[in-house]
Amino acid sequence: MIWLLLLLSVFSGTAGDLLTAKGMSDHGEIHDFRPAAVLRVAAVLSRNFYMVSGILTQAVSFFSFVALLGVAELSFAVPATALGNVAKTLFAKLFLREEVGWRRWAGALLVTCGVCLVSL
Amino acid sequence: MGCIDTSVPVFSTKAAREQRKWKHHTFVALAVIANTLGNFLLSLGMRGMNFRPSASALDYLRIFANPWIDLGVALLIIWFGSQLSLLSWSDLSYVVPATAASYVLTAMLGILFLHEFVSALRWAGIFVISVGVMVVIGTSPRARLRAPEISS
Repeated sequence: MIWLLLLLSVFSGTAGDLLTAKGMSDHGEIHDFRPAAVLRVAAVLSRNFYMVSGILTQAVSFFSFVALLGVAELSFAVPATALGNVAKTLFAKLFLREEVGWRRWAGALLVTCGVCLVSL
Repeated sequence: MGCIDTSVPVFSTKAAREQRKWKHHTFVALAVIANTLGNFLLSLGMRGMNFRPSASALDYLRIFANPWIDLGVALLIIWFGSQLSLLSWSDLSYVVPATAASYVLTAMLGILFLHEFVSALRWAGIFVISVGVMVVIGTSPRARLRAPEISS
């Protein structure tokens, strides 16, 4: 059960991040953070296919992570789900056409290695 | 989408560049702190509930009766909003490692509040994560634009 929840959390989290990143990238930079402006942005984003599907996928990731916390220690759950870091970087390059230089690859790998060390 | 994103304004003055950099670092910090505290409170709440995974949606809704869970969810909503804002001007491959300082903060919370033992390996992990974050945080958040105005 732990591994099933872990896989579900990692895959849905990765897919959710990719979809919301695409939605936000299409929307463009947010400059105004006053409540009325934030509500207007939320209304626009609620009609964006990538954002809606991304948020639904993130919800699956959230509930599977909460369920994972119910059966596993936080010190296992957090680092294990960090494996998604490398997957997100890889798919960001493949699907979102991001330019991933050596520093970003190094950062993603160092973070993942570091998280594994912390969990030992 | 073409090579140049016209939704990103050109910041020519030093003050404007500084303001943009300040905004960027504020949102990175907000995402890191809200994510760390949110996960910590969720864990605290779930431990007290003796929750077991279930196929019933009602069992998942019942967890919101716990105030620690509610506070954790509120913080995770703040984290989600900060992350979305960051993604509106930064690449996903930048945001993911740049906000990884939350793993270091999670370890620190364990040390400070749960009095967890920190082995040499764990300290090494904290150091490696910090190096990874520093390597990425110095790059331009949106590589396609090669925007020098935000990078520190």
